[in-house]
Formats: sequence, C-alpha cells, structure tokens
Amino acid sequence: MSKTETLFDASELTVSMGPQHPSTHGVLQVKLKLDGERVLDLECVIGFLHRGVEKLGEVQTWGQFVPTLDRMDYIAAVSNCLGYCETVEKMLGVTAPPRAQYIRVLMTELNRITSHLLWLGTHAIDLGAITTFLYCFREREEILKIFENYCGARLTTHMFRIGGTQYELYEGFHDQVRKFIADFPKKVDEYETLLTENRIWLDRTKNVGVISAKDAIDLGLTGPALRGSGVNFDLRKAKPYCVYNELDFDVPVGEVGDTYDRYLVRMEEMRQSARIVTQALDRIPDGPIMAKVSKIIKPPVGDIYHSIESPKGELGYYLVSDGATCAYRARVRPPSFVNLQSLRKMCIGHMVADVVAVIGTLDIVLGEIDR
Amino acid sequence: MDALKAKFETQFVKATTFLGQNQVEVKKALITEIMEFLRDDDGCKFNYLVDETAVHWPKNEEFELVYILYSIDKGHTLRVKTRIKEWETIESVASVWTTADWLEREVYDMFGVRYANHPNLKRILMPEDWVGFPLRKDYNLRLQDVEWVRKHLGIDSGQKYYVGEARHEMPDYITPQD
Repeated sequence: MSKTETLFDASELTVSMGPQHPSTHGVLQVKLKLDGERVLDLECVIGFLHRGVEKLGEVQTWGQFVPTLDRMDYIAAVSNCLGYCETVEKMLGVTAPPRAQYIRVLMTELNRITSHLLWLGTHAIDLGAITTFLYCFREREEILKIFENYCGARLTTHMFRIGGTQYELYEGFHDQVRKFIADFPKKVDEYETLLTENRIWLDRTKNVGVISAKDAIDLGLTGPALRGSGVNFDLRKAKPYCVYNELDFDVPVGEVGDTYDRYLVRMEEMRQSARIVTQALDRIPDGPIMAKVSKIIKPPVGDIYHSIESPKGELGYYLVSDGATCAYRARVRPPSFVNLQSLRKMCIGHMVADVVAVIGTLDIVLGEIDR
Repeated sequence: MDALKAKFETQFVKATTFLGQNQVEVKKALITEIMEFLRDDDGCKFNYLVDETAVHWPKNEEFELVYILYSIDKGHTLRVKTRIKEWETIESVASVWTTADWLEREVYDMFGVRYANHPNLKRILMPEDWVGFPLRKDYNLRLQDVEWVRKHLGIDSGQKYYVGEARHEMPDYITPQD
C-alpha cells in the first residue's frame, strides 16, 4: 500500500489485490486506485500463468496440440477441444460422422453445466453464500464421474480427435446421464431458492457492474456476460456448428446488464443445456464415430477462423497452415481475456467489495487469459 | 465489399475467399478510416471486433495483421488483412473498437508490432523486462532459456541451441539427451 497526495488534497490509496487473492479465481492481480472505499480506477495485471500455448501450437503437430488446449480453460476443456477439432476438420474438408457429432454435443453441454456450476459455487462463496457451493459441487461430481467413465479423465479430458471421437459410449452411459438429467432441473430450482430472492444476494448483485448493450459489444464481451445486457447473440444459434441447428433450445437474455441479470442468464442456460442433453440422448444415431482422416495431417495452405460458444463466450481459433505437419500460426481467441477487459468499465465508481462480485460475474479462468 | 472497394480504391489490394470465408487485403495507411467505414456503413455494420492478431513472415520481413470482424445485427463476418514491414508502425484501431486495446497490446507483446496512437502500449502477458518477442519466427527459444539459467541460476543448463534458430530452417528436433 502506498499513499499519494492528489491535486485536491484528498488522499488516494493504491491497493494491490492479488495475485494470491482467493476471490480473483486464480492468479489475477488488480491494482486498485481508491478514494476511501470507492474505486477510482483499476488496472489488471495478467500473465502469471502464461505458458506459451500459441507458440507450442507451432511446434506440436496438429493432433498433438489438442491435449495442450485442454489446459487453457481447464474447467471447460471439452469446449476447447471441440473448437479446435472442428477448425482443423473444416480446413481438411472432413466432417465428423453424425454419431460423433451427437456425442460431442452431449459432452459439451454436460461440460457447460459443470462450468456454470463451478462459477455459481465460487461466485456465491465470494459473496458470502457458502451453502450453494456445496450443493453445486455435489452435482458437478456426478458429471465428472460420467466423464471419468467415458474417457478416464475428469478435468483435462481430451475427449475428441480430429475427425470424430476416440471412444464409443460405455455401457450404462444412457442410464447414468438420464438419471442425472431427470433430477437436474429440480436441483437448479433448489439453488434458486437459496439465492434468487435472497435479500443479501439482491443487495450485492442488483445494479452492480452494469454495462449497456452498446458498450458490451464495443468491448467485445461475449457469452452470458453479453446476453445479460440484452443482446441475443449465441454462436450456437448465430453460426450453428455441430448439430445445434437440429436441436431445440432457447437463448436466455437479460435486461439491465447487471450482475443479477448475468446470474439469471447462467441459471437458465443450465436448464437449457439439460434440455439439449435430453434431446441429444433421444436422437443419437448408430454408426461410426470417426471419419477417415490420414495418420499424418497436412491441411492445405491457407488460413481459417472458426469459433464456438464456450461457457465463457466466443472461443475462436485462427489457424494458418503452410502445408506442414504443424500449424504455421495457431491463434486462440480467448473469451476470458477479452471479457476481463471490461472489468475496469464495470467497476469504476463501485465499492471494493463489488470488484469481487464483478470478477465473479465475468466468469474468468486465468488459464485461458494467460494461455 | 464493393462499397469498400469503391470508397477506398487506392487502398484496396485484393479480395479472396478461402473455404467459404471472405477476406480483403488493404494497405496499411488508412487502416483506421477503413475500419470506421466498416463499422458505420449501413451495408457493413461490423460492430464487433472478434479478434486482432498477427502472423510473422520472416522471408519478406513482414507482419500480416489480421482483423476478424463480425456484425451482430447482420450476422456476417469478414477478415481484413494488411501487411507491414517489421520496422514499420501502424495506426491503432482502439479508437474504433475498445476491444482492440488489449488485443493490440498482446500483438505488441508477442510480435513487437508498434501501434501509433494506442492508449497504453505496453507488455501484457510477458513481464515488463522480457527480452524479445516470443511469437516471432526468429525468436530463439532455447538460447533464451540457456541465457536465463546462466543469469539467474549461475549454471549451464546443457540445452543445445542454434544461433539464428527458426522453425523452418531447423534441422530435426534435438533433445538434450542426444
């Protein structure tokens, strides 16, 4: 802490929050300029978790790069994997077989639920509601068990391959998922009874971190954070990939664009994900799970951009190929990185305690920001 | 696209489509004006800058700057590219879309592209005192590592390295055990 005198003789306080601060969800440092408890300005310091993923993409072959990407957004690893595999498939002109596509949608939506559950748990614990955290982890565990049965890993799953999926569904998969999904909407209601009309929760989230639709688009916000401001933009609808155009689901949007709206949007998204999973389970066709892809992958010379809706927002891959076995340039468009940029706009004028609420509501993962 | 070509005829280089994705290449001089036009024109309305990044082409000593645009209202997408020499500066588009602030800082951090009129051009992911720009093709990864170990730990790391190492000139990958 250091004290500096300002022009008007008021004392301005500079406080450094993080990088080892429990509510910054990882190694994020926020330098706050305070007037009493009010935030005058802030600056994010990031990069503590930088591992050079984009550089690694230039030395690992197209196939080898997939598990590395799981380590970016480690709580939504399936989405990372899906986005990259689809991008390379597009480049190669390969389409994954329908069965593989349905498995992909199933797993991605289950993963979206785990990601939102983790967000809800930690967001609530930041704002003082500890019970929700325990409830969320109870359900999250069930999905992680499904992942473990399917591919052996719980977090960094590496589920898909370029051209399809590696593993066939295990015996009892349908029953296990159906059992979970049947109960799940009721569980979401249960979380809502704890928070949605809770006085303290309303006080801490209503009108905190308000961002208008225009500002949100200008700042490049995507995902639930953008939809909370009332912009109906979901890549699953806007640029359908996989088999999302065959499935029926709604895109929830907020009105005001405050922390409470973003909370409601994510809660509804969990219900919609459960809907998608049910439909995908009903429709999943028989057939192969892997398209014909040569062992050595050499995409044609050129570049491509493809993006998917990850739980955090638009996750895009811009890949440049020079016809070699590795990418010439592998750029990731990380949603958390771009979303974090709006923290400054959302926080100025609020209390220090609200900074914690806004960091929570942006749902950032530092592994993805720093790459 | 035609509107852009008509308005900025002198700046227009070429328009191509690869794998169904449209891209235009323009000259670097009027980049902010072109971007403002693309954002505000009724036929374009690209209100959302999805991504801004660079690709290094050391053979021509060039950076290819890539701007990926999307229109939330109209639902169409466009990739704008421009080429600059390694030592040249380019106008920042942070005044057109606020998103570009951090994205350009990242490009500067990784490639050393210097943006003119950027609000706060400094490193974002790497430490302030980092030497070199990691995503350049001529960035010598292993030499960097050896030097770091020598400076901070006072020992030789034993890593093999080549001076002037670049991916496309590199012989087969040599591990320290060789």
